[in-house]
Amino acid sequence: MTTTKSKTVYNPVFTDGAEYRIPTFKLLKQDGSLYKGGKAPDIDKEKALRIYHAMVTTRVLDERMLGAQRQGRLSFYMQCTGEEASIIGSTAALDDADMIMAQYREQGALAYRGFTIDEFMNQLFGNELDYGKGRQMPVHYGSSKLNYMTISSPLATQIPQATGYAYGQKMAGDGHCTIVYFGEGAASEGDFHAGLNMAAVHRVPAIFFCRNNGYAISTPAVEQFAADGIAPRGFGYKMDTIRVDGNDLLAVYQATEAARKLAVEENRPVLIEAMTYRLAAHSSSDDPSGYRSKDEEAVWREKDPILRMQNWLIKKKWWSESKEKELQERLRREVLETMKRAQKLPPPPLETLVTDVYDEVPPLLNAQFEKLKAHIRKYPDEYPKSAAHVQGGA
Amino acid sequence: MAKMNMLQAINDALDIAMATNDRVLCFGEDVGVFGGVFRATSNLQQKYGKDRCFNTPLVEQGIIGFANGLAAQGSFPVAEIQFADYIFPAFDQIVNESAKFRYRSGNLFDVGGLTIRAPYGGGIAGGLYHSQSPEAYFAHTPGLKIVVPRNPHQAKGLLLASINDPNPTLFFEPKRLYRASTGEVPEGEYELPIGEAEVLKEGTDVTVLGWGAQMEVIDKAVEMAEKEGFSCEVIDLRTILPWDVETVAESVLKTGRLVITHEAPLTGGFAGEIAATIQERCFLYLESPIARVTGIDTPFPLVLEKEHFPNHLKVYEAIRESVEF
Repeated sequence: MTTTKSKTVYNPVFTDGAEYRIPTFKLLKQDGSLYKGGKAPDIDKEKALRIYHAMVTTRVLDERMLGAQRQGRLSFYMQCTGEEASIIGSTAALDDADMIMAQYREQGALAYRGFTIDEFMNQLFGNELDYGKGRQMPVHYGSSKLNYMTISSPLATQIPQATGYAYGQKMAGDGHCTIVYFGEGAASEGDFHAGLNMAAVHRVPAIFFCRNNGYAISTPAVEQFAADGIAPRGFGYKMDTIRVDGNDLLAVYQATEAARKLAVEENRPVLIEAMTYRLAAHSSSDDPSGYRSKDEEAVWREKDPILRMQNWLIKKKWWSESKEKELQERLRREVLETMKRAQKLPPPPLETLVTDVYDEVPPLLNAQFEKLKAHIRKYPDEYPKSAAHVQGGA
Repeated sequence: MAKMNMLQAINDALDIAMATNDRVLCFGEDVGVFGGVFRATSNLQQKYGKDRCFNTPLVEQGIIGFANGLAAQGSFPVAEIQFADYIFPAFDQIVNESAKFRYRSGNLFDVGGLTIRAPYGGGIAGGLYHSQSPEAYFAHTPGLKIVVPRNPHQAKGLLLASINDPNPTLFFEPKRLYRASTGEVPEGEYELPIGEAEVLKEGTDVTVLGWGAQMEVIDKAVEMAEKEGFSCEVIDLRTILPWDVETVAESVLKTGRLVITHEAPLTGGFAGEIAATIQERCFLYLESPIARVTGIDTPFPLVLEKEHFPNHLKVYEAIRESVEF
């Protein structure tokens, strides 16, 4: 049985699909006005300010924490800079109970859902209040109460997982969907193919959201794929696909809102490709001056998604320069104070080394743990983070 | 009790699991209306519908990635990999994702409902890619459980326990015994414990240890050895990870000798782990070197399969040499 209804030709006809260029959906100009013919999605003042607050929070947090990494206070950091509209615009178009499965550059989604600066800091410093118990590198956030699946470093593994998660949501019939974020580099992994094909075949309520920011570390998109970006691949899977200006909050919001409707009401998975630019370095371990020019970055700085959103808000008289100044100052102060607090908290207790490998600690692992504790008791000065805990008779 | 072969016992376990919990789903390549290339999922789609028992596209990393997501959502996926030889495309999803899901999230999320079934092992003229025993690759991965049954009764009880276990579990089925092994299987639901080895026969001269289809080989070898007057204690490990050190050590403290056998190659095989641990635990009681009877360090061959295979004669020779050391 074949699903292809193809017409027959009698000469060899090749096509590379180039005759169909996928358009980019835009609504908002950089000055905050709308393109002719575009209509802003239905976002009220309260929601617009919630979105904007999350954007600025993300930017301030990123700037400050990169600085903290440079000062040696933090082992590692990754910024969302330049991609705030893509992430926050799409998350804002969802129901807060929808599942988010992210790659690592999506802290804006957490900020929108209400993850507090304390919660960010606890993970970054891996202290005793970190939900992840200090086990993962900084920026690998997770929150069950905010429906944000814990991040893992292996790229694209979350893509077929999102398909499975969404299948479970469809079976539960709870009217929710899953959005899964990934970069254009991760889309080269086999798991991208696996996840999208299975989503289309099994008709799951999932939104595949690609942040095409031009670079995977040092590799420019032209060395990542030969085609017209990621979006054309959606056709190959028979998936509803759209390309959107990723620096345009209104366009991202409207596209995602429509995608959610298709996903939840018709079980049609959707592929969204958001065209954006990674304004920051890949991570605190990377220096982009080795592979791209300042001039190129400057072009994109002009297209800053936060300024574009701010201009729209000001035009609507929902925001002002004085409010902006007040918000920036308040957030900077809060981030600094919270960082100091988080840094002083003790590390997670020693037993978190062996818990949660399984639901219960197996005997062989427990024996290894007892041996380790005896060793630490013998050399307490060499293990300052855990010695007090062991001496305390735990 | 009913007389069943191993496939029927597995099918019965899946049927019971799906009947008792509507969040149990079975999927993989050809498991749908066809019922699987070995027929382990026969009639499940007809009985529970296409939403709960279905074919997936031919993509092992996708099957396990999908299963991880389903399990994280709270379902109980029972994913089938058609042959254990083809589990390697999913190695990343299993080792980096399934195994670490609970630990890395601080127990905010887990994939405890996940079970992966895969036929394993040689002796069926399967050549390189229908014969492998990959358990040792996974035994090096904290967070996984690995279970191997030896007969229909074990298969049903251990599979039900694997599905219900709150940890991701790999269930390797000895396909050589799918139809060859028959026996009485209790009706209805029952579980056998994961993480516990089983002493099948008590003896005093030597402990002979294996798992899965190799237990049949051990039985033949021990029969030969007993005729020679060697008293053998036979243990089925049943769970590779986390394995039951206590039962094995207790036995070796008594017999002073240990022969371990598995189909997989020697170097890096799980027998090495057992041998090292038992040597630590039982050093003063060992009367001969711990012997390992395994496949030799080659890919699994076709025509010379019999030569490669750790058969009952090789196990018998190891028992004799161990006792007469």
